[in-house]
Amino acid sequence: MKRSQFWDHTILVLGALFMLVPVVYALMTSSHDAVSIYKEGLQLSPGGHFVDTYKQVLTEAGGFTKSVTGLTMLWNSLVLGLGFAFGKIIISMLAAYAIVYFRFPLGTFFFWIIFSTLLLPLEVRILPSYEIVQGLGMANTYSGLIIPLIASATGTFYFRQFFKSVPDELVEAARIDGAGPLKFFIDILVPLSKTMIAAIFIIMFVFGWNQYLWPTLITTDESLFTLVRGMKQILQVWIGAQIPDTNQAMALAVLAMLPPVLIVVIFQSWFVKGLVESEK
Amino acid sequence: MKRVQFSHPLMPYMLLLPQLAIVGVFFLWPAAEAIRASFYLEDPFGFGSTFVGLDNFKDVVSASEYSRTAWFTLIFSAAVTFFSLSIALLLAVKADNVIKGASTYRTLLMWVYAIAPPVAGLVGVMLFDQHIGPLNDLAHALGWNMQIGVNYFDTAFAMTVIAVWKQIPINFIFFLSGLQSVPKSVQEAAAVDCRSSSRRFWTVTFPLLAPTSFFLLIINITYALFDTFGIIDLVLKGEPGNNPVTLVYKVFLDGFRGNDLGGSSAQSVILMILVFALTVVQFRMIERRVHYS
Repeated sequence: MKRSQFWDHTILVLGALFMLVPVVYALMTSSHDAVSIYKEGLQLSPGGHFVDTYKQVLTEAGGFTKSVTGLTMLWNSLVLGLGFAFGKIIISMLAAYAIVYFRFPLGTFFFWIIFSTLLLPLEVRILPSYEIVQGLGMANTYSGLIIPLIASATGTFYFRQFFKSVPDELVEAARIDGAGPLKFFIDILVPLSKTMIAAIFIIMFVFGWNQYLWPTLITTDESLFTLVRGMKQILQVWIGAQIPDTNQAMALAVLAMLPPVLIVVIFQSWFVKGLVESEK
Repeated sequence: MKRVQFSHPLMPYMLLLPQLAIVGVFFLWPAAEAIRASFYLEDPFGFGSTFVGLDNFKDVVSASEYSRTAWFTLIFSAAVTFFSLSIALLLAVKADNVIKGASTYRTLLMWVYAIAPPVAGLVGVMLFDQHIGPLNDLAHALGWNMQIGVNYFDTAFAMTVIAVWKQIPINFIFFLSGLQSVPKSVQEAAAVDCRSSSRRFWTVTFPLLAPTSFFLLIINITYALFDTFGIIDLVLKGEPGNNPVTLVYKVFLDGFRGNDLGGSSAQSVILMILVFALTVVQFRMIERRVHYS
């Protein structure tokens, strides 16, 4: 028993290191100066330029991007993550409520229309999506960045599953008490869904923050770049430089991963529950 | 559907309106447009387009580059799926086994879920870099003259390693929750009957994990096909040259760089059929799982 637990721990520690070491390299390298990284390679121990590097990438334009600071990109990422999560939750809760709690003509038809979006990811229809959104004058705007991403019905699907598990007796009781559909939704269903909303919010925030392909196409104006979208520009400048600012590139990568990682770690149990439950 | 439902003449439509409007404008319209464009040849200077039937499809499929890309996509998807699933399963079994530190291991093995593929790609490119990358040094120490971005195989190797690294956490989360839902009574009965823990795993636990594994299989194939875009884009540094690309990346290249609207749309439609088939399989799995549980 002891012996086998020892091997279990060994494998788990190796696994944890495999996941951790690349990010430790990124974090530690960002605390050194560009010249020493160029000479000695990526670093695994802390250096003395941590504050300088982050202050520079957050507040100074230039270097990696021509006109935009890390702080602006951080802000854009936040707008995308929050806007996407809020938009998706509101819209999909309303739609799921209609689908589960109402009987009306064309209900099944609308249900299938909405769920057909689960069949085709954005990647297979990027070119026409881009042209349509551009034609609507929504290129290089926050709404053009966020709204088309909400089209997929994942959120509606999650809420539909959850609403179906809410006991029917609640609706009966509400009706006997004279509560209409709107009152039932606001006073009973929304409070009941709190945990589910929190879990989905975390999943959606991470999903929105981490979007890459759509922002790459639709935002060409640097002032709208998110951190994740900026990764390729950062890499291209890095390749072109004589002595590349590896510390700054790594610092921006660390900034791009920090908020979603913190949220997932802090709200771990909600997040895991939401992820696993929603797939049932 | 609910046994008890509301009936109201207008409200359900009002509730559905925002979602339907977004789906209509940003999903149905572009999807229809992709299908339409796949049957037309667009004039490169924007002077209208002509109906060419299935010619775009024929051109796409007969191009040798396309079959090369398709083969690469197949092997890449198989490798990413196999390695990320098996490593995650091993770790989940061990994490389910240990008594001390189980929750710490869980956190340490799942947090990478939150890192975006292109961010993983950027860090990966640096780790594999020929001047400063420790993984490149390691390969050289083992006698492997690794050249990411130059050598076809080496580039594919780097993409696969980064894609697997990024995908382990989600598989781990699902496997662990699958393992934890195996009833204690079943485990104890098996422990009485069979002393070999590895035999117990393959004959009792693994079959019980089958629904989770099928579900994850589909998720992983979809991931390898689509979500690896950011990793590939970063590893190629925007210059595909002679390096491996996946089918989705080729849709992007031909559509946005090559300005080949018809060809790109035909490739989109081929991928649509593929995703459609995968999703139908996935839904049938979910239905089946609901029946048994």
